[in-house]
Amino acid sequence: MSDALLRLEGVNTHIGRYHILHGVDFTVPRGQLTMLLGRNGAGKTTSLRTVMGLWRASKGRVIFDGQDITQLSTPEIAQAGIAYVPENMGIFADLTVRENLLLAARQGDLDTARLKWIFGLFPALEKFWSLAAGSLSGGQKQMLSIARAIVEPRKLLLIDEPTKGLAPAIIMNMIEAFRELKRSGATILLVEQNFTAAKLLGDSVAVMDDGRIVHRGAMAELAEDTNLQQRLLGLSMDAHQ
Amino acid sequence: MSTAAASADFTLPKVKTDWLPILLVPAFMLAALPLVGDPSTWVTLTVAALAMGMMIFLMASGLTLVFGLMDVLNFGHGVFISFGAYVSLIVLVPLADWVEAHNVWLNISVLLLCVLAAMLVTGALGWAFERVVIRPVYGMHLKQILITMGGMIVAEQMIHVIWGASPIPIKLPETFRGAFVLGDAAMEKYRVIAVVLGLTVFGAMYAVLNRTKIGLLIRAGVENPEMVEALGYRIRRLFVGVFIAGSALAGLGGVLWAFYRQTLTAGMGMEVNVLIFIVIIIGGLGSVGGCFVGSLLVALIANYTGFLAPKLALISNILLMVLILLWRPQGLFPVAKR
Amino acid sequence: MLHSLLSGDYPRSRPLAAILLIILIGLALTPFLFPGSQPLNTAAKVCIFIILVASYDLLLGYTGIVSFAHTMFYGIGGYGVAIALHSAGPHWGPLALGALSALVLAILLALVIGLFSLRVRAIFFAMITLAVASAFAVLASQLSDITGGEDGLSFRGPALLRRSFQLFEEPVFGIDITGKVLGYYLLFFIALGLFLLALRVVNSPFGRVLQAIRENEFRAEALGYRVVVYRSLANCLSAGMAACAGMLTALWNDYTNPDTTLSFAIMIDILLMVVIGGMGTLYGAAIGATLFIIAQNYLQVLMGQLSEALSAAGIPLLPLLFHADRWFLWLGILFVLSVYFFPTGIVGKLRSLRK
Repeated sequence: MSDALLRLEGVNTHIGRYHILHGVDFTVPRGQLTMLLGRNGAGKTTSLRTVMGLWRASKGRVIFDGQDITQLSTPEIAQAGIAYVPENMGIFADLTVRENLLLAARQGDLDTARLKWIFGLFPALEKFWSLAAGSLSGGQKQMLSIARAIVEPRKLLLIDEPTKGLAPAIIMNMIEAFRELKRSGATILLVEQNFTAAKLLGDSVAVMDDGRIVHRGAMAELAEDTNLQQRLLGLSMDAHQ
Repeated sequence: MSTAAASADFTLPKVKTDWLPILLVPAFMLAALPLVGDPSTWVTLTVAALAMGMMIFLMASGLTLVFGLMDVLNFGHGVFISFGAYVSLIVLVPLADWVEAHNVWLNISVLLLCVLAAMLVTGALGWAFERVVIRPVYGMHLKQILITMGGMIVAEQMIHVIWGASPIPIKLPETFRGAFVLGDAAMEKYRVIAVVLGLTVFGAMYAVLNRTKIGLLIRAGVENPEMVEALGYRIRRLFVGVFIAGSALAGLGGVLWAFYRQTLTAGMGMEVNVLIFIVIIIGGLGSVGGCFVGSLLVALIANYTGFLAPKLALISNILLMVLILLWRPQGLFPVAKR
Repeated sequence: MLHSLLSGDYPRSRPLAAILLIILIGLALTPFLFPGSQPLNTAAKVCIFIILVASYDLLLGYTGIVSFAHTMFYGIGGYGVAIALHSAGPHWGPLALGALSALVLAILLALVIGLFSLRVRAIFFAMITLAVASAFAVLASQLSDITGGEDGLSFRGPALLRRSFQLFEEPVFGIDITGKVLGYYLLFFIALGLFLLALRVVNSPFGRVLQAIRENEFRAEALGYRVVVYRSLANCLSAGMAACAGMLTALWNDYTNPDTTLSFAIMIDILLMVVIGGMGTLYGAAIGATLFIIAQNYLQVLMGQLSEALSAAGIPLLPLLFHADRWFLWLGILFVLSVYFFPTGIVGKLRSLRK
């Protein structure tokens, strides 16, 4: 068992009057890709946003790389080494592709070698380098948002539903890119609805329902146990096969 | 992977610059020419309009940026204009000799000193205003409107306390008085100076916004402040900086405006406030480029109708606003939001 | 009886009830308690402003939208009456016609502005109304053929309401019941009626929906209320009431001009009265208006004396801060502090004392 890079301990989050997370516990092991699965409204996005400090945990702790980051502000959390790709991608439409990546490079300049590697993953970005990001297609925007998260090495990537609304061919491209990311040794927490993608990528998995973690384990285990899938995610056999 | 990349290649996106609103400016000028008739009158009117437009732009740019960046609308923005104008007295009174001197350099120095003093004081005032008045009411629009209104009342009264309640006449430095004559067309020297100064500041702002990291952050922050934070930048600091800069620009605009009117009144900021609101609505809330185009349009239409149909001139800006909102309900350059 | 008059909306605080009662009795008996035209003018102004401020509170306090066009509607009422009486002579017919057309115009204009800008954001509405109101003020001072320009219009009211008219041959309790006194009571009862009407509106189901929208726009929309429609209605209602206040002013003063009806200074006054009195409580409008107008008339004198005393004592700067003309500075500070520390104003403060 490798050590945990990120650990949530009994995290509770309220949004306004609504109590969304009810004591969420899970860990993201260093150097692995952890899938966070669950139905719509289970609290996956809220969990990521709580880690980023975009919502405040009312109870519980978030430990990142041995440091308690529960009370830190969002910029401090980002500076601690977490990159975040929100569900809506959060790209800056009025800025060019280059400017979007430049903003993510906190060191100042873009690293040419790393940029080359990113272009290898997402060739479209090189092609549309100086176009406004708003004019890209949905898939290209998603690539840009991921590229922005990896433009400098970060300790942990939080990625929220990167395959949402994408064409199958582009999803395959994404999966390829994530495999390459894994090979580079990145630690990733990936929220996903697409079970096929999850099966192909995940090392470990946590499943949420109604603001709680209802299952934790190895991805391979869940991928084989269709009964468990059915129970946790409501997936039927033929939905993904 | 190659198939996916290929499929991405097929959709070659096109980026369009939105020229239409920008073209409105020369279109207005050209349309006015036959209506005004006399070319030299037209030149005089156009130069006056450009000067006015630049001053409005200087006064309005900070307001629209602050709104775009932090969703704060400062109804008391006019205070910085008034204060900027009055602060120039700090320079003008002791240096009255420089104002009257027949020496270009002394005249220019006194103008620049006025500008410098005004920007320093209004910048500092903006910093205090942000801390004391605005910070407690982030995210609460209703309270923002009320509190900034209250801040304006108090600040305007403080001007009365410090400088007295009666209007104060001020004089342009010697060199800037009178007009250049080009053929039949007379262009007041000061207006030309205002245009040059305004264009310089606009150029500098444009360069900062498009060529520097700070500018990049501001533009990104206008679109999606949360994501800027998630990338590891403190948007608060950015905001305070922009608020100070915006206040200082309003102060600069105030000085120019004061020399233009050659009288100081505590209410002068609030009077132009209405015009500024119209400009930033027309331009699209949060858009600096839109603010620039909007300022020019408002000034052009005010000057042309002022000549052609004086009674209409005073409500021409409202008519312009209504027409533009009917065409583009979010203003000329809507800012992409979240 | 009292319950239905107040629509079940009691002051809910003993000191508050006492103050309101003092205001009511004071206003009702002004001609007898404080003879002379100065107190009567002040009392009439208080009555008018209570209506004006209460109608503004319907928007600001109950619906949660900020408008800067309230003086425009006030002015429309004033000019409606003025233009009618100025051009057609001092008769009841033209008065009614002028009042009615002003009311219709105010409501229509409010509807157009509302539909044009209320569907966007509150802040947008505030800016648009500011722009429209300032344009209207300019228009009124420019179209001098109709409005009399900067000087405004002077006219004579119906004979019954003139100072020269005597209702009885003998004084009543030592007071001549002139047309002016009659006019005051007309104004007083109309104001009282409008105030109670406003009270009824905010306590009706319609009023509750407005408050629900103020609290949470999206939730109200989700519950099936058309937010734009409700806001527009509130805007129209408020505009109509403001127009009525304008008519009363015109009728009382026998003149209407831009300064007394359309100026931005009056808009600021209204804002101060609402906030200091207490937003979202119509009683706050009554207290705010009364307090403000008394301060306007008497605080200056007090401050002037203080300032003189201070400068006699040789203290620097302070005399300037307390100069009689600076009374507005202190109200401005009170306003800012109110928004921060007692957003429910004097009424809210009094009500919380009880607990």
